[in-house]
Amino acid sequence: MLDPDRGLSLTIARVVQRLQGSSLHSQLERQARVSLHKPEIKLESLKEDIKDFLKTSGWEKKLQNAVYSELNVFPLPCHPAAPPEHIKEPLAYMRKAQGSWEKRILKSLNSMCTELSIPLAQKRPVSEQKELLNKWNEMGTDEPDLSLFRPVYAPKDFLEVLMNLRNPNYENGEQPSFRNHLGLIQVPLKVKDISELKEDFSELGLNIGQLGIDDSAQVPPEFFENEHVRVGQKVLAEEDSAAAQQYVRQGCPTALRAELWALILNISNQPEDILYYEQLKSNVIQHDLLVDSLIYKDVKLTASNDDYYFVFEDYLYQVLLCFSRDTSVLEHFTYSSATPPKSYIQAKCDFQVLFLSRTSADSFPLAASYVTRGKLGMEEYAVFYPPNGVIPFHGFSMYVAPLCFLYHEPSKLYQIFREMYVRFFFRLHSISSHPSGIVSLCLLFETLLQTHLPQLFYHLREIGAQPLRISFKWMVRAFSGYLATDQLLLLWDRILGYNSLEILAGCTC
Amino acid sequence: MAGKVKWVTDIEKSVLINNFEKRGWIQVAENEDWNFYWMSVQTIRNVFSVETGYRLSDDQIVNHFPNHYELTRKDLMVKNIKRYRKELEKEGSPLAEKDENGKYIYLDFVPVTFMLPADYNLFVEEFRKNPSSTWIMKPCGKAQGKGIFLINKLSQIKKWSRDSKTSSFVSQSSKEAYVISLYINNPLLIGGKKFDLRLYVLVSTYRPLRCYMYKLGFCRFCTVKYTPSTSELDNMFVHLTNVAIQKHGDDYNHIHGGKWTVSNLRLYLESTRGKEVTNKLFDEIHWIIVQSLKAVAPVMNNDKHCFECYGYDIIIDDKLKPWLIEVNASPSLTSSTANDRILKYNLINDTLNIAVPNGEIPDCKWNKSPPKEVLGNYEVLYDEEMAQSDGPERDPRGRSGQSTGAKGSRARDLGKPVLTTWK
Repeated sequence: MLDPDRGLSLTIARVVQRLQGSSLHSQLERQARVSLHKPEIKLESLKEDIKDFLKTSGWEKKLQNAVYSELNVFPLPCHPAAPPEHIKEPLAYMRKAQGSWEKRILKSLNSMCTELSIPLAQKRPVSEQKELLNKWNEMGTDEPDLSLFRPVYAPKDFLEVLMNLRNPNYENGEQPSFRNHLGLIQVPLKVKDISELKEDFSELGLNIGQLGIDDSAQVPPEFFENEHVRVGQKVLAEEDSAAAQQYVRQGCPTALRAELWALILNISNQPEDILYYEQLKSNVIQHDLLVDSLIYKDVKLTASNDDYYFVFEDYLYQVLLCFSRDTSVLEHFTYSSATPPKSYIQAKCDFQVLFLSRTSADSFPLAASYVTRGKLGMEEYAVFYPPNGVIPFHGFSMYVAPLCFLYHEPSKLYQIFREMYVRFFFRLHSISSHPSGIVSLCLLFETLLQTHLPQLFYHLREIGAQPLRISFKWMVRAFSGYLATDQLLLLWDRILGYNSLEILAGCTC
Repeated sequence: MAGKVKWVTDIEKSVLINNFEKRGWIQVAENEDWNFYWMSVQTIRNVFSVETGYRLSDDQIVNHFPNHYELTRKDLMVKNIKRYRKELEKEGSPLAEKDENGKYIYLDFVPVTFMLPADYNLFVEEFRKNPSSTWIMKPCGKAQGKGIFLINKLSQIKKWSRDSKTSSFVSQSSKEAYVISLYINNPLLIGGKKFDLRLYVLVSTYRPLRCYMYKLGFCRFCTVKYTPSTSELDNMFVHLTNVAIQKHGDDYNHIHGGKWTVSNLRLYLESTRGKEVTNKLFDEIHWIIVQSLKAVAPVMNNDKHCFECYGYDIIIDDKLKPWLIEVNASPSLTSSTANDRILKYNLINDTLNIAVPNGEIPDCKWNKSPPKEVLGNYEVLYDEEMAQSDGPERDPRGRSGQSTGAKGSRARDLGKPVLTTWK
């Protein structure tokens, strides 16, 4: 075990390392330099004076928010001798299961690719590039033939995999009885019980005001709503991420939600962020990825048919196509149990991606026409595919859709979604032991249901409807598409507020 | 004597018939004794015409006012509103206040409109002030977007110009009459698409004015991205939101039908623009509906046998200003999607609950004041009787801003205290 002081210094070192060289760092340096011209900065007390200046000008707050953001996203350091896989996922059998699952996905994608004779990636001809640029704001009107494409997997396929997860070290010889777990998930992960949940989620107690309940038409706004809105405005004025995170546990007023979420996620839409998004957009214009067709298909199947989200169809393409090409997303794989698929290009200059594998050891041979002439397995020709390492599944676009109600500027919408993905959503479709991972959420749901609503649980089992089969898809999608948007946003307020997805399991119950 | 209500209808729509049957009412033929007749606009014309008309008895109710066209014909609606504004101006009412450009501050809610061919010369004068503007031509007597087209050149409407050589104006039949309005080429776009609002308003009496607004209106989206480009002026899929037109588009979707609830609109606007401007927008929408009804109230035949459920079409521009486009006497009762069917079924249900109290044989001498419980999804928009009984201590000019009781995204209790300040 790591002693607390050591842990603290490791954390500090890591945060410093990550913030060094960031644009915030250079901005702070520049501000400090500019402040030298100010009369209140004196040579004798230079360090203190500059610190004070940064505090009063609000720059210290920005630094605080950045540090807070880092702490939220990255896990606490474990023992220095632990290999990097352990940060991704400490339990070996989970790692193995995630690995097999990934292999299956890749096999499916590769075979679709071979069947349809479509390369994984190719450069677009100039005329096509021009056309796409013209149509950038209305890609929804495009009607590519997607009939031969099928989603790589759907939540129910994933559920089957989770049901078959077993810890090889755990021998549970007893017959299932009412003392044992009768649900679909059969792994011994620790999940919180109701008293622990009550403590962790204390702000959701009955005696504390909540938006979504205590602001209904029957309740006079003086009781709770007005004060809550006032506090929210103050939090925004202070620009304090940590305070915002605490505040949203009781729900965001609709008018303040967009700014509060941006504050918590530390998104400020600086010029360099907009530039980055434009760069991604030009990547989309220049190169066509097979994954793009999967995205189109998904949007057409899900969001386009949804009463709430059909209006935003075009935004979804603008976000998801760029997302696939965003290599900064690869960072999240250091703390995710998943591994991005690799692929091998035929020749360095002519970028044509051929097939996928997880490591050079288990590459998949393809039809003779695509033979790489010996470049197989050579790391210098390995690229991640898709560039962001995330293969979309059926319903993936629904993670973006609710955000369209809050942000109508594409680059900001994009950044918010990306941050939500690398903080939360990735855990909903990868196998891990993390308390916010989908496996734990399922187990938490089943345990809560079995403990507190046993009659319902048994009845559903008796009629052949295991409760998890019904609720799984709700949790995987974080309820997007299953709850009315205004209620969904209140739920996501709490996900952000508690930095945890456990509320999904509670909500499902 | 208790008996079942006998009903007739010319409009064979399931949302109507199911509602009658669920109340246990009995269907009869037109020439028999009936209590409730859901008529088409042709029939109401016959009932109240001089030649073919007949008197209605006390236990008979119909769903149109005899001269509803004062509100529902595009040219007459504009005429009445213009007349109403001039009257207010003459009596020095603060409502008719104008700004430094001569535009009404509170009553400028209809786009500049002219009757053709009657006002052709006036139109040309206005057109020349802004030669790059676009105008929309609409036939007075048609519906569902039929016959509408956009113009940006005078040559496109040559045939409506009056022949200046003739001294007597040859009156054209009302079928060829058109109105031409300044086209709102900066509509509020969501997801890049243009939309309009369809709101249902029930009027049970014009004098005193008592009207209700259905809380569950909807937005109708175009399937194609909006562009003000002149090359697309002919593309009706870009410009006209009528479902009758959009459903023939390539991208029309039968699951959601291109419709959004008003509560979605509210959520979106509050989240992206803020609560105050959203509340102001919805306040203004309620205001213009009430003003339009007040404008026609003096000329309406306030027959006690009548009530009417109107379909109001409103467009919001990118400055969040609402514009009244038109009022429909027979809003479509066809359902384009499953949600639509449910909405319209409930609409008729709540309408009948208000118009035919307790579902019993009506007596049109009743005071037309239903208890609050039967309103369903309707809320009181304006009740002139209550407004007057509240007395003069209220600020007569006040369009008092939205009460702070605006809660949630759906239920907005427009209790009479707020509205009665509009006198």
